[in-house]
This record gives sequence, structure tokens and C-alpha cells, in this order.
Amino acid sequence: MAYSDKVIEHYNNPRNVGALPKDDENVGTGLVGAPECGDVMKLQIKVNAETEIIEDAKFKTFGCGSAIASSSLATEWVKGKTVAEALSIKNTDIVKELSLPPVKIHCSVLAEDAIKAAISDWKKKHE
Amino acid sequence: MKLPIYMDNHATTPLDPRVLEAMMPYLTDKFGNAASRNHQFGWDAEAAVEDARKQIALLIGADPREIVFTSGATESDNLALKGVAGMYREKGDHIITCVTEHKAILDSCKHLEKEGCRVTFLPVNDKGFVSLEDIRRAITEKTILISIMTANNEVGVVQDIKEIGKIARERGVLFHTDAVQAVGKIPFNVNEMNVDMASLSAHKMYGPKGVGALYVRRRNPRVLLTPIIDGGGHERGMRSGTLNVPGIAGFGKAAQIAREELEKEIAEMFRMRERLRATLERELDEVYINGDLEKRLPGNLNMSFAYVEGESLLMGIHDIAVSSGSACTSASLEPSYVLKALGVGEDLAHTSIRFGIGRFNTDEEVDYVANRVIETVRRLRELSPLYEMAKEGIDLKSVHWAAE
Repeated sequence: MAYSDKVIEHYNNPRNVGALPKDDENVGTGLVGAPECGDVMKLQIKVNAETEIIEDAKFKTFGCGSAIASSSLATEWVKGKTVAEALSIKNTDIVKELSLPPVKIHCSVLAEDAIKAAISDWKKKHE
Repeated sequence: MKLPIYMDNHATTPLDPRVLEAMMPYLTDKFGNAASRNHQFGWDAEAAVEDARKQIALLIGADPREIVFTSGATESDNLALKGVAGMYREKGDHIITCVTEHKAILDSCKHLEKEGCRVTFLPVNDKGFVSLEDIRRAITEKTILISIMTANNEVGVVQDIKEIGKIARERGVLFHTDAVQAVGKIPFNVNEMNVDMASLSAHKMYGPKGVGALYVRRRNPRVLLTPIIDGGGHERGMRSGTLNVPGIAGFGKAAQIAREELEKEIAEMFRMRERLRATLERELDEVYINGDLEKRLPGNLNMSFAYVEGESLLMGIHDIAVSSGSACTSASLEPSYVLKALGVGEDLAHTSIRFGIGRFNTDEEVDYVANRVIETVRRLRELSPLYEMAKEGIDLKSVHWAAE
């Protein structure tokens, strides 16, 4: 299968790889997918409690090139956005940006799920 | 060293230049139809076909008259299974095979099931072997055929064909083996191994694509097949259709080379495979070999690199041609059914890579491949949440995964 240039670029130079301290109350962690399915994404955000702006984001992904690229792009996009804005990111936006073929759409769905899971984890800490 | 490097020799092999040379006359001046009985063009073509038949028979210890040319091993498998099922319908309707067979066998069996045959798909153990005891137990009065592959195309595991053949003979059941990956790679003799039918393919042994053969025993027992293609009655009526003379000439040359160089080649493949395996195992933790390591094709290495998804690994080593058992690399989006049958967990199946070392690989290439794989696995593990969790001491099996 041929990959789009953007997928290859993210695969070769993934943005924001790493981990944030998951016990920090300003950090939200989303872990989605399953090893048996061949995709696991961990996406973390660090949120400013005052402004609700996502100041930092990190990811690690087990999965194909498209899964790595989708999560790399997701961290890029959430950074600088408010939590509310980040929630509006749709998997279809990722599909479009990375020119993902139909068999790789699930990678973008997983990235959207990862963003939502990270935000929900952060929210839970502030309930 | 030239890039990209080809190390996927179970999928296909490059054409040996000596084979191409043997084919050239039949692609140019000697273009005759081997069935033309009354002029020089036909005679030349027929001579080439008969010479090739001899070479292929010699390679597997058969009589030349027992070689039926086909378009490839998929057709050979179809002809063996459907041909026996058709011819021996009155004797019985039961076939025994195993779950790690090639799709050409499995799907032919499923086709026959729809036509009223009964098929037993035997399991394999964690090393990839079918149990002789299971075979014995599965045989009934209605069993007409046992079909078990010699060497597996994914994990390279070599079954105990001689013993399976012995069981079949004792019980009066015909025995077919898909020997595509084995012939020309390891010693294979139809008489020593009690084989009644064997599927062969030219392009897996440095010959051209589009030509294969079915070995069909002529005596003790004499095997009869209902043809699946009707027509001019070529190949003793078992396979009609004008013979692919240049392809067959190439197949014959490939068989001759394979026979003459077999011993040397086995040693070379084994040496290079072990060099690759040793380097990968020395430099990387948590790598697992799929299938038995002892009874295995000398050029095959099938390895899982835990926590690194196969397709992403292939993407990182894009200047190397190998293949993966990962779901993402298959049309079905399911991980390899062969690895699954061996009991390899889906998590590890997703991380598997098949290396197929062949005649034209070099030590320099093996070292390059090893280094590229090592550096890519290390890089992707840095990116892998599973590796991170495993290093933190988290048992991944105990995690409740959101997608489950």
C-alpha cells in the first residue's frame, strides 16, 4: 500500500513523542485500542487549570504508519486549543489532512477517541 | 550492494539468469506448439518439454511420465484435490488436511465440502506440526485422500511427510503434498517419502511464473484423476491446454540447477539464516521465533518483535522486501491464520516478520537487513506505549483495553 507524503513525514518525524506525569492533576491520559487489534494509542494532555488551554500534549502509539501519523497529528492539533475546541476535532478532519485510504479510517477514529479519552480523564480529576 | 534488498523468497524468487538463457530460444525462434506432431517447430518444442519433464522428475525421484504440467501450484492443488474427489467418488468422500495449508488447498476443500465431500481440518501444535496420531484417528472407511503440505510458506516448518505417507499407504488412502516451498530447497523424493501426488511451482525455485507441475504416481498405487480442464487431452488427459513451452523449459533448467546445487545451497541458506537470527536475538530483547526452529526450511526466519506492529516496522525498513503476518498488511484485516493456528497470540501475530533468504542474497545484505531491523525496532519501541508499560512492569494481559 502506498502511503501519502504526510503519513510518511509524520512517521519519520513524529511530533510530541513521550510521556507526561499521569498523576499530575493537570494531566489527562487517554489509552485506547487493544494489542490484539494491532493498534494502541496513548495520548496525554496538560491543561492550564485557569484558561483550560491545552499547553502540552504527548503520545505513544503501537500501530501501523497511519496510526502513528494520526496520533502525531492529533497532538499537534490539540496543543494551544481549549479543551472545548479540542473536543470538536473530528476523525474526518484527520482523514482529510493525511489523505488516509478507507482501510485506514479506523486509525483516525482511534485518534479522535484518544483525544476524548484524555480530556475525559482530565475532567474526572476536576470533578 | 544494491537497494532495495529482496528477502521475500517464499513469495517468489528471482529468475536465475541461467534459466532465462534456457528459455530464450523458446520465446524467439523455437516458438512451436509441443503438440504439433508433423514439423520441426513442434518437434523442437516437444523435445524441450520432454527434457524439462526429465529434469523435474530427477529432482523429486519420479518417472518423467508422472509429471503433469500446469499453470502453477494453485492449479496443481486444485487438480489433485478435485481430481481425486471426482475420480474416487464411489470409493469415498472424506478428505483429511490441516489448518495451516495454503489457501489453494483450504479453499479447494471448502469447494468440495459444498459438493458433498467431508473434510477434516486437523490442528497443528505450537511448533506447527500436525500430529501423526491425529491423522491415524481421522482416517475412516470413506477417506480417499490426505493432503498435508511439506513445508509451510509462512513459518517454514517441515512436516514428517515420510511418516504421513507411510500411514496413508498402510490404510490404502492416497497422499498428496503441496511441496511448493520444499522442492529445490530441501531433499524431496516421492518414493522415499511415500508421496502419491505433489504440487510444484517453478517460480519458487528461481524459474518463471505461470508454470507448475503435479506429480501423479503411475504405479503402486496408480493414481487416476478427473481433469478439471477439458480440451485437447494434453498431459495424459489430465490437463488440457497448449503447453507453456518457454515456461516449462525454464522450469526444467531451474530443476536441474536446484538438484545440482542443493547440498551447497542448503548449507548457505542455513548459514545466512542463522547469522540473521543470531544478530537479531543478540541485539533485541523480546523477540520470538514462530514455528519450530529445527525442522524448518533453511532460508526461513519468522520472528515476532513484541510491542512493534508489523506494518509500521515494514514501513521503517522500506528498502527491504520482507513480509508480515500483521493484519494491516493483509486484504482481510485479520492477522495470519497460520500463526493463529500455532497458538501465537494476536498481539504477537501483529508484530511478526517473515524473512525468506534465497540464492541471490549475500552476507552483506543479511547484515544490512539485521541492522535496519534492529534500529527500526528500537525506534518504534520508543514510540510504543506497550513497550513502556511492559518496562514499567505492567502485565499487558491484565489491562482492560477500551477496544475489547
